[in-house]
Amino acid sequence: MNIRYISHRLLVVMAMMGASVPALAVGPGFKLPPAETGEQVYVQACQTCHQPGGKGGAGAASAYPALANNPKLGVAAYPILTILRGRAAMPWFGGTLSSAQIAKLVTYLRTNFGNNYATPVTEDDVKKLSVNLPVSGE
Amino acid sequence: MSIKDFTPSRRQLLSAIGTTAGSAAAMQAMAVLGHAAESRFTGPPQLTGTRKGASVLVLGAGLAGLVAAYELNKAGYKVRLIEYQGRPGGRNWSLRGGDTHVEVGGAVQKVEFAPGNYLNPGPWRIPHHHKTLLHYCRLFNVALQPFIQMNHNAYVHQTDAFGGKPMRYKEVATDFKGHVSELMAKAINQGSLDDKVSKEDKERLLEAMRSWGVLDKDMAYTSSLKVSAQRGYDLPPGGGVGGAPTPSAVASLSDMLDSKVWNQMGFYFNYVMQTTMFQPVGGMDMVGKAFAREVDHLITYNAKVTKIAQNAKGVTVTCEDMATGAVSEAKADYCVCAIPASVLSQIEMQAGDKMLASLKAVNYSASVKTGLEFKRRFWEEDEAIYGGHSFTNQPISLISYPNYNFFKDGPAVLLGSNAGGLGGSLLGGMEPAARIEAILAQGEIIHPQYRQEFMSGVSVAWGRVPWNMGGFSRWSDEARKDHYANMIAMDGRIVLAGEHASYIGGWMEGALTSAIDAITRLHKRTQEA
Repeated sequence: MNIRYISHRLLVVMAMMGASVPALAVGPGFKLPPAETGEQVYVQACQTCHQPGGKGGAGAASAYPALANNPKLGVAAYPILTILRGRAAMPWFGGTLSSAQIAKLVTYLRTNFGNNYATPVTEDDVKKLSVNLPVSGE
Repeated sequence: MSIKDFTPSRRQLLSAIGTTAGSAAAMQAMAVLGHAAESRFTGPPQLTGTRKGASVLVLGAGLAGLVAAYELNKAGYKVRLIEYQGRPGGRNWSLRGGDTHVEVGGAVQKVEFAPGNYLNPGPWRIPHHHKTLLHYCRLFNVALQPFIQMNHNAYVHQTDAFGGKPMRYKEVATDFKGHVSELMAKAINQGSLDDKVSKEDKERLLEAMRSWGVLDKDMAYTSSLKVSAQRGYDLPPGGGVGGAPTPSAVASLSDMLDSKVWNQMGFYFNYVMQTTMFQPVGGMDMVGKAFAREVDHLITYNAKVTKIAQNAKGVTVTCEDMATGAVSEAKADYCVCAIPASVLSQIEMQAGDKMLASLKAVNYSASVKTGLEFKRRFWEEDEAIYGGHSFTNQPISLISYPNYNFFKDGPAVLLGSNAGGLGGSLLGGMEPAARIEAILAQGEIIHPQYRQEFMSGVSVAWGRVPWNMGGFSRWSDEARKDHYANMIAMDGRIVLAGEHASYIGGWMEGALTSAIDAITRLHKRTQEA
């Protein structure tokens, strides 16, 4: 996968929304606090919608699903693919989060918030599902 | 009277060609007239011959729903517009003192801004080529003022460049251009480009580099009064005694590479970011309010759509009154559904699998916009920054200065963040008070006056906006290819509209052009029925 291409396309997306171009995780020099543990990635990328503790949140006629006590996390490929590719309101994080970050995040989700799926998710598990990612936008 | 007075306007001419020879001919004529590259908009839809009694339910009173209701009503349809919130406009929205914003998760922010100050949490600038929007602003007398996009005196800040000190755009942009020009000139003079550029073009290119990069007689980029005439002086020119200027010192190429200023230089080249841009006087929601004045009698506010059903005879929409909980049904021949896909994808809708799948295929941003009110305009008074943006590589991504009330005493509101990507989700994941604190901490690195002058702030994390469940739509190329056509295709008696159903995602122009296209196709369908 061509990272420079991804960056460029995302730059265009960022420009469309009127954000500054550097406001971009994969872009040059964008400064974010470290997100090395699964919990740190959750706080940085997921909590805004899925809420602290993964409790989810209700909106107009729709809701962000709770990740707490969520049996869909039992099949690791489901959260991995959803994170990589996005779904409905949820943006895609393939190309934004690294495979290692996604692996740690999914492992964290599967072993916290009342979920108990002990088998860790590896970087390789994520990479295997990372083909044909939607890397570009508008 | 001159012959000029008998010449039809370009619009009248195109309209006549469109009516008599079809839209393809009109497009061709537009191209010939040098018009087509700017906009596809040739005027409001001409919906004629509406069947008596034909009715349409429009869902969602954002700009797409509002323009659909306005034009369909004008064309003679019986229209009803159903809106979840208690106000028109949707994301066309401004927050002012006294307003309250409630987030998903329950956090409440009360806006404390002084009268006249506002935050536009959603759209905030209008490109000069978004002609549909400009048309309706003109039609409804929405006063527009310039939105200052480019400001050479605003800052470029990178935490790892210049020891974290913000630099003026004019300094770094001039230096970047100068150093690159010098290198280009060296490459030419050393013959590195001999196989690519003719001898004659080499001469012309050298002249271009000398002029564009402000190089000296040795084709080097060095400190001089000529260079200072672009990047600014140590002592600017004045009058009388001691009026002579002194030049500023240029920074190094390596510093320029640290500053990454090409990001900002490139930003201003974007089609949608080019000057001239506009904003409505008094807040962006003046647009939605202007539409609502025209169709107010058609709008049912505070009504939550819970089900959209259809059969061969018509559509039935089930609504819940947000105040009383009372459930009612609304019926019509057709439905224009302008509810954002992020919300609509979770409403029960009787439509084909393809349309339903398309709603899940388009994704949404989760950016964070923040309005900060300060006691005084220190950016103007202390730093001579009037409108425009300072950019930073911190999560806030920029600080944008108000384009109205210049030089005025008293409180003023600036945009303290327009955070996207992970910066947006990071800030949006904080509770409002912590979010404002983080935004102040990042902003004070650029403006040390922040803490002393700060009064109050309000932030809108679009991932936590209950009625939109996200900011603006984002199509991946793959999803666009597989699902876009299915989203916009009329499904029985339902047609979708909104910025998500356009190629101008995230812009009001996308919402308007999508809705106009949708109702034009709907009208054609009713003519065939």
